[in-house]
Amino acid sequence: MNPRTVYLDHAATTPMAPAAIEAMTAELALVGNASSLHASGRRARRVLEESRERIAAALGSRPGEVVFTSGGTEADNLALKGAFWARRAQDPARTRILSTTVEHHAVLDPLHWLANTEGADIELVGCDATGRLDLAAMKAAIERDPASVAVISVMWANNEVGTLQPVSEIAAIAAEHGIPVHTDAVQAVGAVPVDFATSGVDALSLTGHKLGGPVGAGALVVRRELELTALVHGGGQERDVRSGTHATAAIVGFAAAVELAVKEQEAYAIRVGELRDRLVEQVLATVPDTHLNGPPLGHDRLPNNAQIAFPGCEGDSLLMLLDAAGVECSTGAACSAGVPQASHVLLAMGQTDEQARSSLRFSLGHTTTPEDVDRLVAAIGPAVERGRAAGLQR
Amino acid sequence: MRVVAAMSGGVDSAVAAARAKEAGHDVTGVHLALSRNPASYRSGARGCCTIEDSNDARRAADVIGIPFYVWDLSDRFHEDVVEDFMSEYAEGRTPNPCLRCNEKIKFAAVLDRALALGFDAVATGHYATLREDADGLVELHRAVDGGKDQSYVLGVLDQDQLRHSLFPLGDTPKPLVREEAARRGLLVADKPDSHDICFVADGDNAGWLREKLGDRAPNQSGPIVDESGDVLGEHQGTYAYTIGQRKGLRLGKPAPDGKPRFVLDIEPVSATVTVGPREHLAVDGLSGIRPRWAGRAPEGMLEGTVQLRAHGDEHRARVSVVSTGSTTDAEVEIELLDPAYGIAPGQAAVIYDGTRVVGSVTISATRRVVHA
Repeated sequence: MNPRTVYLDHAATTPMAPAAIEAMTAELALVGNASSLHASGRRARRVLEESRERIAAALGSRPGEVVFTSGGTEADNLALKGAFWARRAQDPARTRILSTTVEHHAVLDPLHWLANTEGADIELVGCDATGRLDLAAMKAAIERDPASVAVISVMWANNEVGTLQPVSEIAAIAAEHGIPVHTDAVQAVGAVPVDFATSGVDALSLTGHKLGGPVGAGALVVRRELELTALVHGGGQERDVRSGTHATAAIVGFAAAVELAVKEQEAYAIRVGELRDRLVEQVLATVPDTHLNGPPLGHDRLPNNAQIAFPGCEGDSLLMLLDAAGVECSTGAACSAGVPQASHVLLAMGQTDEQARSSLRFSLGHTTTPEDVDRLVAAIGPAVERGRAAGLQR
Repeated sequence: MRVVAAMSGGVDSAVAAARAKEAGHDVTGVHLALSRNPASYRSGARGCCTIEDSNDARRAADVIGIPFYVWDLSDRFHEDVVEDFMSEYAEGRTPNPCLRCNEKIKFAAVLDRALALGFDAVATGHYATLREDADGLVELHRAVDGGKDQSYVLGVLDQDQLRHSLFPLGDTPKPLVREEAARRGLLVADKPDSHDICFVADGDNAGWLREKLGDRAPNQSGPIVDESGDVLGEHQGTYAYTIGQRKGLRLGKPAPDGKPRFVLDIEPVSATVTVGPREHLAVDGLSGIRPRWAGRAPEGMLEGTVQLRAHGDEHRARVSVVSTGSTTDAEVEIELLDPAYGIAPGQAAVIYDGTRVVGSVTISATRRVVHA
C-alpha cells in the first residue's frame, strides 16, 4: 500500500499538537460551565481564565483583551460588523471601511454584506504583483477623508501566497486620525512574530486549528477602548460582545497550542523555512516553466507557504493527480459545490484567469519532514506532464 | 482499468460507479459542474446542476469508497450545449441537448481530460450495453430494460468514444438498480429520476428561452396561420413553438371540423407559425446531416429502424448514405415505412439494426405524406 500521506496543506488546517490534545482531552472528561457559581463552575472558570492569560501572554496583550470566538471567521465578522455598527452609531458620517483586495473571504464577504445591506462604503486597496498592498494608496484613502472611516482591516499574512502586509505602518497612519485597525492574523500567529501591543492594531483575529489547536476555538484580541456591537446575543459571557457557553475543552487546547506555537515560532520559522526553500528550488528545477507566486524567497513572506504556478495545466487536475500519489495540497478557494474558482488573490495580483487556475499551494507545518519534500518532488514531474497534456479547460 | 465515473448525484450513476469499482477497476468519482451559476439555471434537486446534486454525488462516492472531485465544465457546457440549444430554437428547430451533452461534454471534454490525466475510460449510469464484434469493434446496443433504454441519447458516440466508455447498468432493469442502491447503503436509492432539460427550470422551455434569448430572438410576435394562410391568432415568438405542439396555441376560433390543431411549420424569418390537423404532420421521409457512426458507416441501403426522440417509438426504415465525403457534410436519406408524427428538424434520428445502434443523424428536412 501507499506510504504515509504527505500532508502539505497546513494553511487549511494543521494536525493538533500533542500538548493541545492532552490538555483538551483531560478537560473533556470533566464537568463544569464556566458561568456556574458552584465548585465545578469555578474550576471550569479557572481553566478558562488561565487559558485567556496564557494566550494574552503569548500575544503581548492583556487578558481582558482576549474575546473567545468559535474561530477566525467569527472573529473577523465580530471585528468588522461590530466596529462598523458601533463607530457609525457614534458618528453617522463614519460610513467607509478600508481594506484590501487580497483579504480572506471571512473578511471580504462580511464587507460586501455590510455594503449591500448596511450602506457601508467599502474601498479595497489594490496590491502589487507579489500581493503586497499599495501602502501609498491606503494612506491616500485614509487621508482623503479620515472622519468618514469607521474601520480599517488589513490581513497580517496572506493565506494563499504568504505575503506579509505592512500592518504596523497602516496602524501608525490610522492612529494619527483615531481610526481603529483590525488585522486577520490567522495565518501569522506561530509562523512570524506577532505582538498585539507593539503592532498598534486595535483588533486581531486568530484561530486554534491553524497552529496546532482544535477547530472550533479562536479569539478576537481587541483593545478595551474599541467598542463593538455584539453579533451573538445571549448570556453575555465574553465581555457582553459574544454570548454562548464557553467551550472550555476547546479553549484550553487552543491556549496550549498558541503558547507552544509562539514559544517555538523562531525555531519553527528557520526549520520549516529551509524545507520550504528546498521544496520551491527543487520543484522549479524539476518542472520546466514554473514559478513561485508571491514575494521571492526570503522576503516578507510566511516561512511555510509555497504557491507555485504550473502554466498550461489546471491546478485542480494536478491536485487530483498528486492526491492519487498520496500528496495533499490545495488550489485556491472552492465554492460550496466544490467547483474550483480562480483565486481572487491571484487575480488581484494581476494574473489572468488562466494563470490563476494553474497554481497549487503547498503549505508546510510542524510535522513536515525532508522526506515529505522529496515525495512531492518525485511526484510533481509526472503529474505536471499529464496535467499539461490535459491542458486548460475552456 | 483506471476509470472516471461521471456522477450526477442520481441513483443510476451512483450504482454504475459502485459496479465499476466492484468489477475491479480503479475508480475516481467526478461530478460535472455544468452551470456557471447553479442557482440561476434552476433550483431544487431536479436537475444535474445543483449544489445538492453535487453533495449527493459526493456522499455516494464516500459510501462506495472512491475519491471524488468536481470538474468545472460550465463554460464548455454553455458554449457547446446551452448556446446551441438557444440558437437552434431561434432558427425554428428542435434540438436535443442531452445528445449534444453526451457528444460534446461527457464523452468528449470529460473523456479527453480523463485520458490525458491517465485514465482509460469514463463510466456513466446510462442504460445501454456494449459488446465487441468479431472484428474487435465495440458495438452499442439497447439496454435489457426497454422502458429505460437510453441508447438513443448515446447514438452520437463514435467508435473511439465507445471504446473508452463503460455502461455498467445496461443489463439491469431500473427497479433492481434502485434495490441495489438501497442494499449498498446509497442515500440516493429513492431519489426521483430527472426528466426535464437540466438547465431549464420547471421544464418551461418557452419561458426560459424568452428570458435567455432576449434581443437575440428572431422575432417577438407574429401570426399563427392555417395552411390556407388565414390568421387564427398571434404568437409571442416563434422560438417558443415546436413542430407537433398542440397545447398553448390559444387560437381564437376553433377549426371548422372541430378537431385539434397542431403546429405544422415554424418560419422564424417571416415570424409565422402554421397549424393544421394531425394527419398533416405525418412524415414518411427524412433527410439527415452530421452523421455520427458507432462503427463503420453503412454501405448501400440499410433496412433497419430509426428512433426519433428519447423513449420514442421505433419506426421501420430504409437508410441510405447519399453523399459521403467528410463526416460533417455527408447526407443521409431515411425512408420511413410507417409514418411518424411531430418530427422537427434539429431532432436526432438514431438508426438501429436490431438492437444495435448504427449511428445517428441530425434531421435537416422532413417529407410530409402527400394528401390527396
